[in-house]
Amino acid sequence: MARVMKHASGDKRFKILEAHIKKFQGRQDALIEVLHKAQELFGYLEDDLLLFVAYQLKLPPGRVYGVATFYHFFTLKPQGAHTCVVCLGTACYVRGADRVLAAIEAQAGIKAGETTPDRQLSLLTARCIGACGIAPAVVYDGATVPRQTPELAVAQVKGWLPHGP
Amino acid sequence: MDLDDLNAIAEKERASRKKTVIRCCTAAGCMSSHSDAVKAGLEKAVRDSGLGDRVEVRGVGCMRLCCQGPLVGVDPAGIIYERVAPEDAASLVASTEGGATEVRRGDPNHPFFRRQLSIVLANSGEIDPERIESYIAADGYRGLHAVLIEMAPKEAVDSVIRSGLRGRGGAGYPTGLKWATVAKTPGAQKYVVCNADEGDPGAFMDRSVLESDPHSVLEGMAIAGYAVGASQGFIYVRAEYPLAIKRLQIAIKQAKQIGLLGSGILESPFNFNIDIRIGAGAYVCGEETALMASIEGKRGTPRPRPPFPAESGLWGCPTLINNVETFANIAPIIRRGAEWYAAIGTAKSKGTKVFALAGKIANTGLIEVPMGTPLRQIVEEMGGGGADGAKIKAVQTGGPSGGCIPAHELDTPVDYDSLTRLGSIMGSGGMIVMDESTRMPEVARYFMEFCMDESCGKCIPCRAGTVQMHRLLDKIVKREATASDLATLEDLCDMVRHTSLCGLGQNAPNPVVSTLRFFRNEYLDLLRPEAGGEPAVTAGAAPTQSKEAS
Repeated sequence: MARVMKHASGDKRFKILEAHIKKFQGRQDALIEVLHKAQELFGYLEDDLLLFVAYQLKLPPGRVYGVATFYHFFTLKPQGAHTCVVCLGTACYVRGADRVLAAIEAQAGIKAGETTPDRQLSLLTARCIGACGIAPAVVYDGATVPRQTPELAVAQVKGWLPHGP
Repeated sequence: MDLDDLNAIAEKERASRKKTVIRCCTAAGCMSSHSDAVKAGLEKAVRDSGLGDRVEVRGVGCMRLCCQGPLVGVDPAGIIYERVAPEDAASLVASTEGGATEVRRGDPNHPFFRRQLSIVLANSGEIDPERIESYIAADGYRGLHAVLIEMAPKEAVDSVIRSGLRGRGGAGYPTGLKWATVAKTPGAQKYVVCNADEGDPGAFMDRSVLESDPHSVLEGMAIAGYAVGASQGFIYVRAEYPLAIKRLQIAIKQAKQIGLLGSGILESPFNFNIDIRIGAGAYVCGEETALMASIEGKRGTPRPRPPFPAESGLWGCPTLINNVETFANIAPIIRRGAEWYAAIGTAKSKGTKVFALAGKIANTGLIEVPMGTPLRQIVEEMGGGGADGAKIKAVQTGGPSGGCIPAHELDTPVDYDSLTRLGSIMGSGGMIVMDESTRMPEVARYFMEFCMDESCGKCIPCRAGTVQMHRLLDKIVKREATASDLATLEDLCDMVRHTSLCGLGQNAPNPVVSTLRFFRNEYLDLLRPEAGGEPAVTAGAAPTQSKEAS
């Protein structure tokens, strides 16, 4: 319960999370909403944070962990300073999203789902972001960019990566 | 708030309209091409040129031809500008007063626009989705008023039954029948749920409706609440759609403020509230029982039906679940009458359907056409054929649960039953065009990988079956499979289809089965001979090895 203690010592984000839980009157069915807020505040869901949520909602920790690991949107590992989400929806796929992803993987030296060792870039994939009309689309730090090619994508992430040899 | 107040709001809104209206698309597709900067540029240009009393700039929802975004429309001239950049703003604004502009014009008479029949998308690209007044001025909330004041709940259900509307989420279950079941199930507490967990890759209709006209969905849900006797609604929307969530939040707040949601709506005894529940990235949550588990804050795993949600849904209460597009059809049906709606479409599929055209096609974007429109008209006329003049090979409908319709079947009318006959499904409305460069076994592997990853793991046929089918497809694509592997794959398809718990597993084999049905040669070409046995039967082009040998 390290975090619960730390909370007592005053990380403001726990206060915000607690207020959010109060907004739902501590209802257990608000678990997913609470986890969304927790991830928004902390960036990822650490074990201690999940314990804190379980404690606040009076849920067994196993239930909270079960939900956090079931949904793709929740991440239990810290993310990089920048994120790059390659959409692999069907429209993007038939328009060459796989080649865009491969180019970024090669440039960054990581696979989809991984973060560079220096924590600068997290490379993720999405099932479909609904931007099929402008496929292939990639989301760089939250901004959706249309009609990507391997060259455009590499140019975009290059600045976030340590300068290679 | 009563009808006079609604009319007064509409009147005021219409009176404040300027002579020229510049509509700028602010839906997600155009936003990613910086239409927000275009809109800001247009607003500034209007201010700078002192045209504020004659020209207004309005942020609107999707203007449909997404591939040419950002799109800007000018009324009443009826001009559409394509690929507008913020720098174009000054000349574009000047052109409304007779100036010249170099910005590329679209053709509003192109079949892409001309062939559309808008019911669900009627307000899309016309009204400002962030202002309830804009929706009210377009006859908004009149359907809700009509049912609350003039109809008994049963009459509202009857209207929907007579309209012939079928669920737009994919399965095509008659909406009126579902409403009637929930209405007659006893229960002090009932729920109305809007399924906005649009998970099929390649489908973005629901997203567009929520971003372009959120009030139409709220109004449809409120009418449903009255008809079935529910006082609480939930919209379950994907976390991947932040703009849709934001616009829904704004819409709910505005509707509450003026008494169109909440207690005593439109001075009737009817109370109805709507809460948003945000998904967290699980495809299976589009399945209704999994969706309900997720709303209850649990892992989104499905459960066997019966009992159906209509009898025992959220927290065990009778629950009506419909899709976004289904709800968006409700207010027009009430306002214009069930008979009007039933006159559109085919004998068994009434009304219109919104499709998201994407993939290797010239015009990508959103279309709404009457049910029964031939696929060829959609793809070749409206869609303008293959991208860069490429030959169309197949059209994929229904996402990972659907199938590929080959080019020679393009004359099929698009309705629930015709697509099912071809081994595909209507699905939610994603239509992905594939050209000759797309290899079907790879497409099948792509969809199987999707289903494998998204399988919730509750039932074994789906959890283990999708993994095995993916392995076999991978083997085939890598030219390592034999004819007996293909036979195993077909057996597995049959087994998984018939024994899985929910739609995800039951439909997971569809892309394999449909590509095998129409493009079997592509699979056969990839097989290698059985070790020590008869060489595999190959048809069509010779395998690569022999090409290299010759």
